[in-house]
Amino acid sequence: MRLAVIDSEKCVGCQCCMFACTRMHKDSGLSKSCIGIKSAGGMQHGFLLVVCRACDDPPCARACPENALILRKGGGVLLKADKCTGCEICRKACILGAVFWDDANLKPLICRHCGYCAQYCPYQVIRLEKEGKKAEAANAQA
Amino acid sequence: MLKHDTLRNVLYINLSKKSFQIKDRSDLFEKYIGGAGVASQLLLEECPEGIDPYGPDNPIIMAVGPLTSLYPLASKTVAMFKSPLTGNLGESHAGGRSAVSIRMSGYGAIVIQGASERPCYLSIQGSKVFFRDASSLWGMGKSATVGKIIRANEPSSGLRTIMRIGRAGEKMIPYACVTTETYRHFGRLGLGAVFGSKKLKALVVSGKRSIPVADQKQYKDLYESIFKNATESPVMKKYHEIGTPVNVIPLNEMNGLPTRNLQATQFEHAQTISGEEIAKNYLGKRLACSHCPVACIHIAAIREPYEDEPFFYKTSMICYDYELIYAVGSMLGGSHVPGMMKLIDSIEAYGLDCMSAGVALAWATEAFEKGLITEMHTDGVRLVWGDYAGYQEALARIIEQPNEFYQALAKGTDFASSIYGGQDFAMTFGKNEMPGYHTGPAAHIGYLAGARHSHLDGAGYGIDKKIAANKSITAESVASELLAEERWRQILSSLVICFFARELYKPDVIIEALKLSGFEYTEESLRKLGEEIHTAKFRFKMREGFSFSNLRIPGRIYETPCTAGMVDEKFVRTALETIRKDVEAKIYDCS
Repeated sequence: MRLAVIDSEKCVGCQCCMFACTRMHKDSGLSKSCIGIKSAGGMQHGFLLVVCRACDDPPCARACPENALILRKGGGVLLKADKCTGCEICRKACILGAVFWDDANLKPLICRHCGYCAQYCPYQVIRLEKEGKKAEAANAQA
Repeated sequence: MLKHDTLRNVLYINLSKKSFQIKDRSDLFEKYIGGAGVASQLLLEECPEGIDPYGPDNPIIMAVGPLTSLYPLASKTVAMFKSPLTGNLGESHAGGRSAVSIRMSGYGAIVIQGASERPCYLSIQGSKVFFRDASSLWGMGKSATVGKIIRANEPSSGLRTIMRIGRAGEKMIPYACVTTETYRHFGRLGLGAVFGSKKLKALVVSGKRSIPVADQKQYKDLYESIFKNATESPVMKKYHEIGTPVNVIPLNEMNGLPTRNLQATQFEHAQTISGEEIAKNYLGKRLACSHCPVACIHIAAIREPYEDEPFFYKTSMICYDYELIYAVGSMLGGSHVPGMMKLIDSIEAYGLDCMSAGVALAWATEAFEKGLITEMHTDGVRLVWGDYAGYQEALARIIEQPNEFYQALAKGTDFASSIYGGQDFAMTFGKNEMPGYHTGPAAHIGYLAGARHSHLDGAGYGIDKKIAANKSITAESVASELLAEERWRQILSSLVICFFARELYKPDVIIEALKLSGFEYTEESLRKLGEEIHTAKFRFKMREGFSFSNLRIPGRIYETPCTAGMVDEKFVRTALETIRKDVEAKIYDCS
């Protein structure tokens, strides 16, 4: 299962997905969000969705010097928190900017592709998909 | 309030000293919740009596509430200041990402004092505050360009608000607005001019953090029900689909749409400028404030060719709402939608309050028609109903102020009419230009007696519909209904809940949400607090010279038919007297 971006043109920038992700992490606010919505250079140009694409050969995992990011079945990675030293190399390795950061624990926040965020997208911009289509994560700057 | 909630922190910034400090103001938040409740106390603390609104002593106060970032639609920031337009209480609300960003930066409120020596902008990143030089942004033609440059220079894209002023704010035009996230505004009462007087070009606030709740399970359950209501309830549908301009046709049909400076309340081209028509022909995009699934922000795409260059086109994305369509559409007798949109776009670029700008132009058009002003005053511009080319010319001169007439018009409709005449049709209430409802006496009593002189204070237009159906409703009962509504709305605006969501946030929902944030309230104690906050605002107003007896009522409201028939002067005066007695008794009780 992977989180897929169906149509970023329909994104209204409400960021309800971001708040949902932090709630999924049993917290509230935006501290734990693994999805990001930002304007594409001003609201008039619509939005960029920063979403983990669940890469088949994820650069974040390759870059990790501690092997703290292990390949997830179906794409992407899982974090072995006990191995992670918080060096942030994974964050730099993801040119999409989809490795988010937990400022409290100083460790990466990795999307688990659970699809909880998609339940709160009022306009079906994102969806949890079984196979094939990859998340069309778009990003201009990390 | 819960132990680790950063809502309690108030950030005090001094622009003269380039210094800042963070104070724990649990005392204020425990007693007044947040938003309007806390901001009105901070205003009483920080704004010395009788000061010049353009002076360094005028504080800019912005406050959010405990539910911000926890629940959908608790997404407004309440700004308070002394208004340069009215010389009295300035209160303006805006959404965008402002409220979430302030809360996520770790504050319940921000107070900005002093004035900068040269143009600056502030970047607030959690506990850090940077004073940035903005000399090269000063005088820039478009407010949107300023946004673009700051966007490229500051971190935390997607997690920040960028509030800024345009040239109107720089020139301290008392109806200049502060724009946030391109399309949302602290529109009314001149916050932009206060920014300008401090040489504060922009304010960036960013952050992300956790907000504590008393019980995660109960929090998620409550969230679920509020979210479901926000997305499925029929009461939100109108904002969601056509947006606020859905009101154009019904108001026109019920004789409530102010037309040609309120000479009429039915506009023959209402259909052309209706929300339905604009959506059909021009709607290009819809946007939302942060943490609001409703997405009421409607953007028109206007494509126009360059006259001197074939195959070159410009597509402008222009935000429209009911009040804008009223102010620069029906009020100016305009029905050419691209012309109207381009005027809105220019007003946006200059950073003016669109409602005040439209009403000022409407007064000027009628004054021109009646010969009170001539082309000599208008610098050769012919002001004619519906002629957008002329309005663009006049608007540019409000900014440039080439002569005494435009200098006066730039001070607002009330001021300009005090010099050039035509006060009977200078459509201001408490010196604030009127909103788009001539539904009956309740609307006008609301504009006159509401703390902000706004249609949002007591929602009089709703009461007018009842008066239309039942003529035996008394002035006293209208007065008490308006007061009760305005007092309850103090609670909504202390929680910074968008008024569009007032039907979702009923007292029981608010009580439960507050409980999960560590606040214990009953409906009774909430209503009592609403009354206290309302009284605090009037204490400020009275201190600054507000008087119910000095209110200028434009005679025009008694001459033009409205939804409820005709507005009767005696009815209005009786209701005002009832409100005066009630408000003054409360002030006397408290002091």
